[in-house]
Amino acid sequence: MEDEKSFSDICGGRVVLRRRYYSPYCREFGLSSARLSLRSLTAVTCAVWLAAYGLFTLCENSMILSAAIFITIIGLLGYLHFVKIDQETLLIIDSLGIQMTSSYASGKESTTFIEMDKVKDVIINEAIYMQKVIYYLCILLKDPGKPHEISQVVPVFQPVST
Amino acid sequence: MVLKAFFPTCCASADSGLLVGRWVPEQNSAVILAVVHFPFIPIQVKKLLAQVQKASQVQVAVLGTWCHRQQEPEENMGHFLEGLGAIFSHDPWLQLCRERGTRFWSCKATYHQMSTNLGTPTEDQVMLIFYDQRKLLLSWLHPPAVLPGCQDGETTASTGGLADIFDTVARSEVLFQNDQFDEGPVRLSHWQSDGMEASILVELAKRASGPVCLLLASLLSLLSAASASWLWKLWPLSFIRSKLSTCEQLWHRLKHLSLIFSTEKAQNPMQLMRKANMLVSVLLDVALGLLLLSWLHSNNRIGQLANALVPVADRVAEELQHLLQWLMGAPAGLKMNRALDQVLGRFFLYHIHLWISYIHLMSPFIEHILWHVGLSACLGLTVALSILSDIIALLTFHIYCFYVYGARLYCLKIYGLSSLWRLFRGKKWNVLRQRVDSCSYDLDQLFIGTLLFTILIFLLPTTALYYLVFTLLRLLVITVQGLIHLLVDLINSLPLYSLGLRLCRPYRLAAGVKFRVLEQEAGRPLRLLMQINPLPYSHVVHTYRLPSSGCHPKHSWGSLCRKLFFGELIYPWRQREDKQD
Repeated sequence: MEDEKSFSDICGGRVVLRRRYYSPYCREFGLSSARLSLRSLTAVTCAVWLAAYGLFTLCENSMILSAAIFITIIGLLGYLHFVKIDQETLLIIDSLGIQMTSSYASGKESTTFIEMDKVKDVIINEAIYMQKVIYYLCILLKDPGKPHEISQVVPVFQPVST
Repeated sequence: MVLKAFFPTCCASADSGLLVGRWVPEQNSAVILAVVHFPFIPIQVKKLLAQVQKASQVQVAVLGTWCHRQQEPEENMGHFLEGLGAIFSHDPWLQLCRERGTRFWSCKATYHQMSTNLGTPTEDQVMLIFYDQRKLLLSWLHPPAVLPGCQDGETTASTGGLADIFDTVARSEVLFQNDQFDEGPVRLSHWQSDGMEASILVELAKRASGPVCLLLASLLSLLSAASASWLWKLWPLSFIRSKLSTCEQLWHRLKHLSLIFSTEKAQNPMQLMRKANMLVSVLLDVALGLLLLSWLHSNNRIGQLANALVPVADRVAEELQHLLQWLMGAPAGLKMNRALDQVLGRFFLYHIHLWISYIHLMSPFIEHILWHVGLSACLGLTVALSILSDIIALLTFHIYCFYVYGARLYCLKIYGLSSLWRLFRGKKWNVLRQRVDSCSYDLDQLFIGTLLFTILIFLLPTTALYYLVFTLLRLLVITVQGLIHLLVDLINSLPLYSLGLRLCRPYRLAAGVKFRVLEQEAGRPLRLLMQINPLPYSHVVHTYRLPSSGCHPKHSWGSLCRKLFFGELIYPWRQREDKQD
């Protein structure tokens, strides 16, 4: 079963929550953010190239122009591969664990799996961001040897929701 | 808890038979290792399982039945499979069934023991998790889940869930020794059932490595004994040895080589990786060194280098002389104390003159020395770089001397000034209590103290300027040497074999697992695919980096600035011995 709903994040961008129900003990929640907009890409490219052209008129060295093209391409590839997260998914499997996958705009996927032994609780925590209070979901982890202590707090859906 | 059945992907197309594996009651999961096919004799199967259990310390048992059937369900097969549950009793008894050519699975798990009072056997929900047996067998989980008191023979039941499964598959290697071409009584299906995996090159290398290691280990032990002999502890040799970074690097490489070729086998995967990393690092080093050697000895580069060296040294000395002339005049518009200026300037100029004469004395021999030193590049690029760093240190020895003179002078001045300043205010440093105390001085003490204070403070700009200039030069030389050492360190400590393994065989270094939900159908059990999540590159480098020779600067920036301000001598990388200047 699939279910989709649209919300807005703290910066005002649009995020879409997708819920899938695979079986009584397996559910998936996916949060996807807006894709890279052509407008912002064009703006950044134009700014960089104008600056490079300005430098070129000052220095009369054509290496600056090729360097600017190179920097733009490398920067764009780096941004798509390392920074821009398209979608983050949370897969919860009963008695096995919780898996968080982030998929980047270039297709790269990075996965973390937390075993059920290590999960102490899933809570909603509040934080103060600028002038408002935001609520975020996080998982409390415990060390299997010390069940009463919290060893780590892992926020969920972090890069997409900020 | 739902029952989890870990099923190997290689057995998904196998014929019907019995499921053999390990049951983990704490996590309610069954790890299926192989499928025993019909026809079989139950006694033979039990004997095989007992053998495997004894050899591998894993509690292998018959967990249930596997049925891979045609479209029409066969009635007699169904009854036959039910009957098997009575022969091999296991609680819970799994019944996995798949129709040939489709993706529809059906699973049933029945508990007989718990339901004796209820009369009918209870069933449980089953979740199927597919895993690639070969990849799981070959991978190492990071961080390694080793308990401090755990020996090889004990069961590791208290380790985490997934580490347990990795462990089970890894230790059941004995079960995977029989393949379908063996004439044994029992026919098994697992990842190696099509034939054992082996490589001729690896086997030959293993046979050859024994005597080769023995020979090289004996040679290297002779070499280490020679280098550790009492001869080196005599004064001139031990002094030279501690100063030159080449000796340090050679010693480091010797230790590496003796570790690689030691005759004892690696105890655990960490040690094996370390040995492999060292070997690859040494090989790369030697390859780069030979490349450098071939480049140097072609086109008479050594001759060109030697011819360029003396003019460069001359040029440096000339620039230093100009600098000193500038300092002796009115540098940057500052007014120096004439007499002190002249004394210091002439003193340093005389030093430069001595140095130039020394270089000119050496000039006929430089080409020969360079040629022979260039041969040492065949020992490795790191050795060549260390020699370069040492040559730079030797050629800039006069800058080092100037720095020491300037620093000592400045240091004396600063201490004198601070002590006389205290006297000026009527205080004294109490050495016993390590604090400043008030003290009443006599009139003549005060008079002379104030006089000396005035003299020192008026001479401060001159000394400070000389100190500043020579410290900057010294820092420049140290920066160049530091960069070379950084490069040497990088080649020494980068775990290239681990990085290559992570690139080409990412499943070998596992940070964890990841699951993927396979195609779902209502009413059918949930099917997941378990894949290995490889370790990120940064973790690979962090876990497997080789220890460097330990020549790192141990100052923080704050303490460095403090030392520079007070004129204390800085030794960037000779921290291990306490050096007195």
